[in-house]
Amino acid sequence: MSGKKTAVFVDRRGYRRRRMTDAARLLPILGAGLICIPLLWKRPEGTEISTSSVMIYLFLVWGGLALLAAVISRYLAPEDISQDREGNVRNDEA
Amino acid sequence: MATLNILIVVCVLYVAFLFAVAFGADRAARQGRGAWLRSPVIYTLSLSIYCTAWTFYGAVGFAARSGLEYLTIYLGPTLVMIGWWWTLRKMVRVGRSQRITSIADLISSRYGKSNLLAVCVTLIAVIGTTPYIALQLQSVTLSFEAFAQADPSQVNAPNPQSTALWVAFGLALFTILFGTRNLDANERHHGVVMAIALEAVVKLFALLAVGVFVVWGLAGGIEQTFARIDASNIARWDVPGSRWVGLTLLSAAAFICLPRMFQVMVVENEDEGHLRTASWAFPVYLMMISLFVVPIAVLGLDLLPQGSNPDLFVLTLPLHEGQDGLAILSFLGGFSSATSMVIVASIALSTMVSNHIVMPIWLWSTGGTAIMSGDVRHVALLARRLSIAGILFLGYLYYQISGGGTALAAIGLVSFAGVAQFLPALMGGLFWRGGNRVGAVSGLGVGFFLWLYCLFLPSFGPNVLLPQSVMDLGLFGVSWLRPEAMFGAEGLNRVVHAVMWSLSFNTMAYVLVSMISFPEPLERLQGAQFVNVFQHSATAGSWSGSMARSEDLLIMSQRILGAKEAQAFFAQAASEQGLVGYLPEPTPDFLLQLERELSGSVGVATAHAMISQIVGGAAVSVEDLLAVANEAAQIMEYSSKLEAKTEEQTRTARQLREANEKLTQLSQQKDEFLSQISHELRTPMTSIRAFSEILRDADELDADKQTHYASIIHDETIRLTRLLNDLLDLSVLENGQVELSRQEGQLIDLLDRAESAAGDVGHNITIQRSREVEEITVYSDLDRLVQVFINLISNARKYCDAESPVLSIKAADQDDKITLDFHDNGSGIAVDQQAVAFEKFSRIGQTGADGAGLGLAICREVMLRLGGSISYLPGQNGAAFRLVLPKAET
Amino acid sequence: MSKQVLVIEDEQNIIEAISFILARDGWDVKTHSNGHDAVDVVRVRNPDLIILDVMLPGKSGFDILSELRQDAQMAHTPVLMLTARGQKKDREMAERAGANKFMTKPFSNAEVLETVRAMMPS
Repeated sequence: MSGKKTAVFVDRRGYRRRRMTDAARLLPILGAGLICIPLLWKRPEGTEISTSSVMIYLFLVWGGLALLAAVISRYLAPEDISQDREGNVRNDEA
Repeated sequence: MATLNILIVVCVLYVAFLFAVAFGADRAARQGRGAWLRSPVIYTLSLSIYCTAWTFYGAVGFAARSGLEYLTIYLGPTLVMIGWWWTLRKMVRVGRSQRITSIADLISSRYGKSNLLAVCVTLIAVIGTTPYIALQLQSVTLSFEAFAQADPSQVNAPNPQSTALWVAFGLALFTILFGTRNLDANERHHGVVMAIALEAVVKLFALLAVGVFVVWGLAGGIEQTFARIDASNIARWDVPGSRWVGLTLLSAAAFICLPRMFQVMVVENEDEGHLRTASWAFPVYLMMISLFVVPIAVLGLDLLPQGSNPDLFVLTLPLHEGQDGLAILSFLGGFSSATSMVIVASIALSTMVSNHIVMPIWLWSTGGTAIMSGDVRHVALLARRLSIAGILFLGYLYYQISGGGTALAAIGLVSFAGVAQFLPALMGGLFWRGGNRVGAVSGLGVGFFLWLYCLFLPSFGPNVLLPQSVMDLGLFGVSWLRPEAMFGAEGLNRVVHAVMWSLSFNTMAYVLVSMISFPEPLERLQGAQFVNVFQHSATAGSWSGSMARSEDLLIMSQRILGAKEAQAFFAQAASEQGLVGYLPEPTPDFLLQLERELSGSVGVATAHAMISQIVGGAAVSVEDLLAVANEAAQIMEYSSKLEAKTEEQTRTARQLREANEKLTQLSQQKDEFLSQISHELRTPMTSIRAFSEILRDADELDADKQTHYASIIHDETIRLTRLLNDLLDLSVLENGQVELSRQEGQLIDLLDRAESAAGDVGHNITIQRSREVEEITVYSDLDRLVQVFINLISNARKYCDAESPVLSIKAADQDDKITLDFHDNGSGIAVDQQAVAFEKFSRIGQTGADGAGLGLAICREVMLRLGGSISYLPGQNGAAFRLVLPKAET
Repeated sequence: MSKQVLVIEDEQNIIEAISFILARDGWDVKTHSNGHDAVDVVRVRNPDLIILDVMLPGKSGFDILSELRQDAQMAHTPVLMLTARGQKKDREMAERAGANKFMTKPFSNAEVLETVRAMMPS
């Protein structure tokens, strides 16, 4: 895989791939936020929030996060992990 | 009714089955048939080692007591997994490229391969994991007990202590057999991984089975289940925010730092791409395994007698309902999860203990020189086995001391908090170039100590290791130093409190001390390697023959050799290996060729370092870099020396050429001079010889003739003598060997002397002088001046061809010099001969009877030596010579 | 009629010495002391033998000799060359130029006499 050849190859999809890595970075933050939301739920008119409702919410969120992760990692094809070597995809390390 | 015997048989069978699976997987791997072993599914399932007996039993207990709080233990790892791009990816990349064998290895390697750090991490890991192992022993023991209680045929329940001991012993044996049959350089245990993957399926299946039974079999459906939940003790969602967030963070930290997690996640990782799959698949696994926890807890609270241990609901509920088969399956699930944790944890810990404590001590004690590799392996294996036994013994000890009564969940969290102390040093090491060894040690030390004080020691119970007085009143009676309410933070959950303070101080110490202190060169190098791992060439190849390595090599070679040359080289090598395309296998031969090729461009040391970094995964050692730097410096020095030499040589060649030209000229001049002299000397010699022969041989000769001939002879000898004198004089003058004696004198006297001395030569000539002007004092070599004057006057007498020859001598006194003109009224020197008039042997008219032509040459030399000059004045109606004599001393 | 010897030499003393030796031996000696018109003098006098010095004012002995040899009348006149330079290359040059004999100064009187006798055409 010569540098020249893959450079041409990446350029076409580079934008989308970069957006995908951005998504990959944002996902855990999103997840953390979603998980903490039940803490914010106020009890309307003195009634209590039930465990079951929180349970349903959390498991739905959980499933949703897993789904998103699956979608993102599908888009982050193996080339991404190898592209890091060539530095074609900007990485986040300082 | 299940009997304990059946249980034991089931256990043994199960273990044997696992062993067979492990053995088979190991063999397949060694024979290279392990393609299916490298599936991402296996990797994902192996991560389930996170879910131990604590999950199997303790989660339900946790839920029964505290509601949804138990989810935090699984939400944390979920966040870490879906955020794999941040941390796990880097950990795995670093681990693979640096050939890391354990978390102690990672941390110590990052901070300059510090063995001190490795020892610290190992000790903390062992101490931190011990409660967790005890937890597994406890859960197995409890599960045996549960069966025994439900089995009326059993008369006396087995002593829990002995059960625990037997279990510990059995586990130790199993682990030793499993995990230390041979030493793998990469610390890979394919068999163990396979076995764990299988166990993951078993425990998930068991828990799901119980869950399904509870929801549909006992509760009667989903709706009913929810109704039951809403009617139970844990119907209200009231988990405090601090606990919710705190425990989630703690479990996330533990997920990263647990030695067993590091082992399966990083060390056993076959392919970085597996992380992609695991990033969503493992959260799904966690989700499934925690799905039925609340229903089981609620139903257990409802159906089982008051005071039953909620930790065991998973087991006791089916037993209570008469579902023996399910109970045995459940028991198997619990047993499986306990054993897999112990196996992996003890392997991971024993690796650390053996590599970082035992082996260094052994090597140091044997002097560390020339060790046979077989010897080392033997010792290493022995060390591993002893460590495993030791670790399990420690776990048993903790179990004994803690009384076995504490809630499982509490023990688990203590362990989590312990290993979480690695987090600052680990994360800092991966992301912050500024982190250094001293900082890491400080952070670890502070964190560990606080963990000990706030959580670990109190966990044994009051008055076991920490006196109750200290618990109530604080260390030394200082209330701010109370183990569970430090610095006035009251009312916090014990775990959260301890985690908060220990991690805060740990991080603070790490950051501050790192900023203050200065790292060693190797630390900085390792820091760059780790933090910038994505910029470097990537992962080390997994199995031999991996094309990924060749790809890395090609990319690197392109940078050095240029794209075309590198690709051509690789394609050539590939075709020689019989492969299509441009990626050859990284065989030793090929690597050697490549190294040679590269060293042509970057030097041997650099080429070697680069290749070994990719292929061997060795970090570029400082020695290598120094060698590179030395080589580069040597090359520069050599080339600059070469340049200097070349310049010098060119200069020398030029100088030689010039010298040669001069010498040639000089030798030509000398030849001419010699031949001229020869001629001048032979001419008078001819006369002398001829006439002396005539005089000798003649019989009769007139007296006149005799006198005449004798005079000729005489004159010629004088001529000869004069010639020789002049020659010598001239030579002396020219070589600067003349000794001048300067005196004061009057010009007029000198001219008088010269006039009388030159009186006999040539024809008579009238000399005109202006005597009054000649009263000048001169300070010079007076004899030499007279010599010059004599020469000029003689010349005038000899060569002035006027009818009445007149020579006028005119002196002029100028400020710093004296000018003397000798002017005759002859024809002078022809224009074309004026240039050579002062040369040696140049004579006017060539009728040289009376002089060899050296007169003017001598005059010129003398005047030069005296600091003056003599010159011919052209166009002066006769020969005119001007003498310039400086007055001042030169 | 005695044979005529023409001595072309610019040193007076040498002319005198040679003249004395040859005249005593019975030869008719004529002299000339510069090179400018030496060739003409030779034509006019038509000597039987020429004694020729190399270093002459005007024309060198070699040039004179070459000219003489080109002239049909004087091509065969025997020439004895005298020179103060005694090196081999001078000898070769003399022979090339056409000298019959070559002698270096200082010479022995007896040798001159013998040479002249031997060179004279009979």
